[in-house]
Amino acid sequence: MGYFLQQLVNGLTLGAIYALIAIGYTMVYGIVGMINFAHGEIFMIGAFISLIFFVVLGVLGVTWLPLALLLVLLLAMALTAVYGWAVERIAYRPLRGSFRLAPLISAIGMSIFLQNYVLLVQGAHEKTLPPMITGGFELMQSGGFMVSVSWLQLIIVGVTLLLMVVFTAVIQLTPLGRAQRATEQDMTMAALLGIDVDRTISLTFVIGAALAAVAGLMVTLQYGVIDFFIGFLAGVKAFTAAVLGGIGSLPGAVLGGLLIGLIEALWSGYCPSEYKDVAVYAVLILVLMFRPTGLLGRPEVEKV
Amino acid sequence: MTRQSLLAVENLSMRFGGVVAVDDLSFTAYRREITAIIGPNGAGKTTVFNCLTGFYRPTGGSLVLTQDDRNFQLERLKGYRIARDAGVARTFQNVRLFAGMTVLENLVVAQHVALTRASGYNLGGLLGLKRHQDAERAAIVRAREWLDLIDLTGRADEVAGNLPYGAQRKLEIVRAMCTGPRLLCVDEPAAGLNPHESADLARFLVLIRDRFGIGILLIEHDMTVVMGISDHVIVLNYGKKVADASPAEVRRDPAVIKAYLGEEGD
Repeated sequence: MGYFLQQLVNGLTLGAIYALIAIGYTMVYGIVGMINFAHGEIFMIGAFISLIFFVVLGVLGVTWLPLALLLVLLLAMALTAVYGWAVERIAYRPLRGSFRLAPLISAIGMSIFLQNYVLLVQGAHEKTLPPMITGGFELMQSGGFMVSVSWLQLIIVGVTLLLMVVFTAVIQLTPLGRAQRATEQDMTMAALLGIDVDRTISLTFVIGAALAAVAGLMVTLQYGVIDFFIGFLAGVKAFTAAVLGGIGSLPGAVLGGLLIGLIEALWSGYCPSEYKDVAVYAVLILVLMFRPTGLLGRPEVEKV
Repeated sequence: MTRQSLLAVENLSMRFGGVVAVDDLSFTAYRREITAIIGPNGAGKTTVFNCLTGFYRPTGGSLVLTQDDRNFQLERLKGYRIARDAGVARTFQNVRLFAGMTVLENLVVAQHVALTRASGYNLGGLLGLKRHQDAERAAIVRAREWLDLIDLTGRADEVAGNLPYGAQRKLEIVRAMCTGPRLLCVDEPAAGLNPHESADLARFLVLIRDRFGIGILLIEHDMTVVMGISDHVIVLNYGKKVADASPAEVRRDPAVIKAYLGEEGD
């Protein structure tokens, strides 16, 4: 029982990170109807930017942890957002109105480019960051097993929840959110009502990238090891999460992320952990077979 | 009252490869007037609308919209700026509502420009500023006033795609009006309506003209509507203008009769 609870805690932490990335997939899909295959790389860049700023702040002598964390969080979000904006500007906007698969291919191109760009400027070696936030507390003792929650896990889940609330509010409460929904349904008509469609789409990419940067920061803190290739696996898993939850649905992405995190953690806890990715992809296949719209997705209505 | 020019179309041409859809067309539309554009199928009427609203870059000529002594070269503006800055709104032959949104949302989203400004470019919405909330409330009030006008108040929260066809047509016009336009372009608003609904729609267009003092460009095949409410009529045939006069004069014009019915003795 205690062991199970511990896996649950670990799974939720991991799931929160997947959820942050999945939101970017789902929002972009919602508005342009296309998976942004460079999104995993945006996450990876977010992780590298975080690491670099930790080092820079260390050199500058900013050692008070809360301040350093906050600064790195904001800087990573801002800079990664620029990358997200650039991906849209370079790989999507020039191809708007082109054939449907064109932006998909150019996004894969961006993904390969960004991976190799980081490989080139940062090298192929793994980068490490010593654990900065240590300690935690013991949740409960059960069946001779101590269930513990680290402060870091608490921070990860807390920050994730907070950001999800903030960005859900953006979508629900601001004219931008309404413009996004209008653009999603009919881009041309939205423009005819005075909505700057290009800017609306750019902002969607920017928000998705900023959230992916937070995920990058969290992974850097939690695992302390990153390399230029982490975007691929995390990207595919977050994509699976978005599909599981129902692509295009924001709450779906969060739910999907948490579920994927839980599946991965529980599988690792009870089955051979080398096969945890198999479990995740099996879920993707099952969802696509039996519920292609996902758990919270709207069924695709055929227009007559 | 003197006529105030609103839209000046000068030597407008639109070619698609070898096909000349609009050929050296010039006309003026005025404020507080309904200008009808009629002509046989394929005469280039909708192409004129598409040039006006930024769908097509004209091959030649200019489209100048004048408001408050400012001139807007529509053929040089980006699509959304034609709506936002110049104040041109349009509806389509096939209704294009946001079918997944509610009736009310359709009208509120049309007020996007004003709402974005009032919310301090979205920040106000996030911080729950009073100015933003007031603007949102005002937008909903305005939307509801429009719904009263077309008797859809009771269905404000229904999904727009579920409305009957005639109601969707009207809602589309109302949504265009919610952007606060100076020029409203309506493309075959009476298509698919029964005579009773057409007459109702014609009265509605007149009401919009009189109450808001804007110019309306009307493409329509239903001659009862056109002759009943237009202040002047432009007749196109093969992309060329064959007449530009009052409804009564156009009806008697031999060139117009020829365009519609073909030459006598053919």
